[in-house]
Amino acid sequence: MLRDFRIPEFDAPPVELPASEVDHDTTIVSMGPQHPSTHGVLRLMLKLDGETVVKLVPVIGYLHRGTEKLAESRTYTMVIPYTDRLDYLGSMCMNLGYVRAVEKLLGVEVPERARYLRTAIAELQRLASHLLWLASFSLDLGAATMFIYPFREREDVLDLFEAICGARLTYNYIRFGGVLADMPEGWPQRVEKYLKLQEQRLVEYENVLTGNPVFVARNKGVGRISGEDAVNYGLSGPSLRGSGVDFDLRKHDPCDAYGDIDFKVCTASEGDCFARYRVRMDEMRESIGIVRQCLAKMPEGDVLAKLPRAIKPPAGEAYARVEAPRGIFGAFVVSDGTNQPLRVRFRSPSFVNLSALNQMCAGGKLADVVAVLGSIDIVLGEIDR
Amino acid sequence: MGAWLTQLDPKLQELWFNITLHNNPVMRSFMVAVLSLVFMLVVVLVAIWMERKVAADIQSRIGVYRTGGVLCFLLQSLADGVKLLLKEDLRPRGADKWPFYVAPYLVFLPAFLAYLILPFSATWVPENLKVGILYYCAVSAIPVLGIAMAGWSSNNKWSLLGGLRASAQLISYEVPLAMAIIAVVALHGTLQTGAIVQSQWQHWWLGLITLPSFLIFLTAGLAEVSRTPFDLPEAESELVAGFNTEYSGMRFASFFLAEFSASFFISALAVTLFLGGWSLWGIDTWFAQHVFGWNTASWFTADGQLIAANIPLLMKAFWFVVFVVKSFVVLWVLMWIKWTMPRLRIDQVLNFGWKVLLPVGLLNLLAVSVVAALLMGRGHSQSQQISLPAAAIYQQYDNNPTLE
Repeated sequence: MLRDFRIPEFDAPPVELPASEVDHDTTIVSMGPQHPSTHGVLRLMLKLDGETVVKLVPVIGYLHRGTEKLAESRTYTMVIPYTDRLDYLGSMCMNLGYVRAVEKLLGVEVPERARYLRTAIAELQRLASHLLWLASFSLDLGAATMFIYPFREREDVLDLFEAICGARLTYNYIRFGGVLADMPEGWPQRVEKYLKLQEQRLVEYENVLTGNPVFVARNKGVGRISGEDAVNYGLSGPSLRGSGVDFDLRKHDPCDAYGDIDFKVCTASEGDCFARYRVRMDEMRESIGIVRQCLAKMPEGDVLAKLPRAIKPPAGEAYARVEAPRGIFGAFVVSDGTNQPLRVRFRSPSFVNLSALNQMCAGGKLADVVAVLGSIDIVLGEIDR
Repeated sequence: MGAWLTQLDPKLQELWFNITLHNNPVMRSFMVAVLSLVFMLVVVLVAIWMERKVAADIQSRIGVYRTGGVLCFLLQSLADGVKLLLKEDLRPRGADKWPFYVAPYLVFLPAFLAYLILPFSATWVPENLKVGILYYCAVSAIPVLGIAMAGWSSNNKWSLLGGLRASAQLISYEVPLAMAIIAVVALHGTLQTGAIVQSQWQHWWLGLITLPSFLIFLTAGLAEVSRTPFDLPEAESELVAGFNTEYSGMRFASFFLAEFSASFFISALAVTLFLGGWSLWGIDTWFAQHVFGWNTASWFTADGQLIAANIPLLMKAFWFVVFVVKSFVVLWVLMWIKWTMPRLRIDQVLNFGWKVLLPVGLLNLLAVSVVAALLMGRGHSQSQQISLPAAAIYQQYDNNPTLE
């Protein structure tokens, strides 16, 4: 009988906390790996006292694909598509981090036009990523309609990406010494049209959420982390800036065209979910400005430097980092002079951000876990790699 | 109006007389129950369809567009229902068998029972109880038990959390809901739903006095039927599906049905208590008299009471439609709120219920009571205007069993 079919492991009690943590006043609940709001296959072991979270332990590894190990047996170029699958919502920035590390090894000069294109693309990617964050964050808080609206606009960004590189999710667009292809005809006008729309729609989102008493009640003072703690945990991106720490690689270690662009680093001082929400909403506005400036200042010329077909960087090691939508994405590449990297290692922002989850959630309610998890915006693809 | 109508009316009366086996009380109750059940199922069908279409409209989507194209895709809910009927009825290992099996019906049955007191049209009340409102308050307390049972017996921690949340929330919000209802009862001086509607019809301005009660009722009602921002018992993003996580097939459908049926009921009760029920505030009778040329004067007694026997069937049917449409409008507002608002947290929900809504409800009750007392003290005597009519209507219903 099908009913009698048993998988022994599934019968085992799902306890991952040590036995000393188990007492009679609390319940241990396994949130995930199949759960609507763990954003993929994250598992959180929760120790609950009623609905209050006493302790939280993230269990990761359900999406581990061994990207870094795989890279050791691929040529340098073949690794780029793997980076697409790290943070699949910020693929362009993942491409960029890895490519820049290899470019450092190669010592190649990226053409001016490609640098502006990369910047524009990275900011569009940030917009797309933050839009998806807004959507899933709203859904986590129970606002089903705000789940749909940002997705609608994200679709436009994906269309733009499709036009420029042929793909909608995993782009493989940033290449050693430049980018895959120049803008197609009429692309800047399409971008401008989208940006104009997006500006209006951002106002629309804020109308729905920012002043909504329920939304504010769910976010103000929830998942608080001080600037000092945030730095100590190594948080980066909006999660760090939401705690009042003014640190953005685009400003403080500018790569590509960021040095020539005028924009401000968005911060909020409260360190709670609402602050992180504010930072991301403001960042979207800044991103729109950056894309506009990039397109306006875009010089003529090649988009790809002349490089030999087989990439063989001289022996050595290089580390490059970029400000991905979720924080600092770093790529460390060691070359032994062959056409395959000796070692590749990624520093992924969500992985580090996730480490502060217990600090943010302990003492809060079960519903706050969902809000906090949404507000630090994790992507399991880069956590598990 | 045409002669066919004057003939139709007695014919239908005769049909009803025959169906109920010459007004056999048992058979009559049975037929009333069957009709109410049919009405409820149809309404739920439409409500689910409406929910999906309204949500789609708010979210700039198209919504359901597969089954029943001729009927604006209304049949989708029916198809879903059939699917759920045919699905396997699973019981998780370790679940407490009987509570698990019984719980959905404990939630579904009260949702249906409440329909018996709705005044669908003038003199059309399935069971015109003298204590109608009290009956609703009693019946609406039962689903909590079913939900708690479902949560406890599922052998699932998410279900348990959902069940506990539901118990806390529903019990908390029953109190302000009752406060809002009591204010109306105090003002109209009757517990009979039909009489409350008639009283509003005669004195439309009473609706203005009950406006704060209406808002309290709607807020508490939202919480009672667990719709966003109070949908914590089944908060999808937190508790997977809350108390009904482990349910499938028909048992799940029972929960689902009960939820929508309760949503419609709350809207219908809001219409009954605050928005004039089946009446169109006199516009209907004006049209009946001036456009259709009916002798509306013969519908009323000298003091403005309805004489049921003199009212044509078509008018009653029209009032029925008005009632249903009004209820759907209120339901639409509830949906509107649902698809705009995020969800509150459990401590916020309980704090709001006990620390805000309940005091406000009590103050409102006090204010309305004072108004009611003042009205009664005035020269033209509230008791004659409002309380006595209620008694008169009650007698009217009671002495004439064929009216329904």
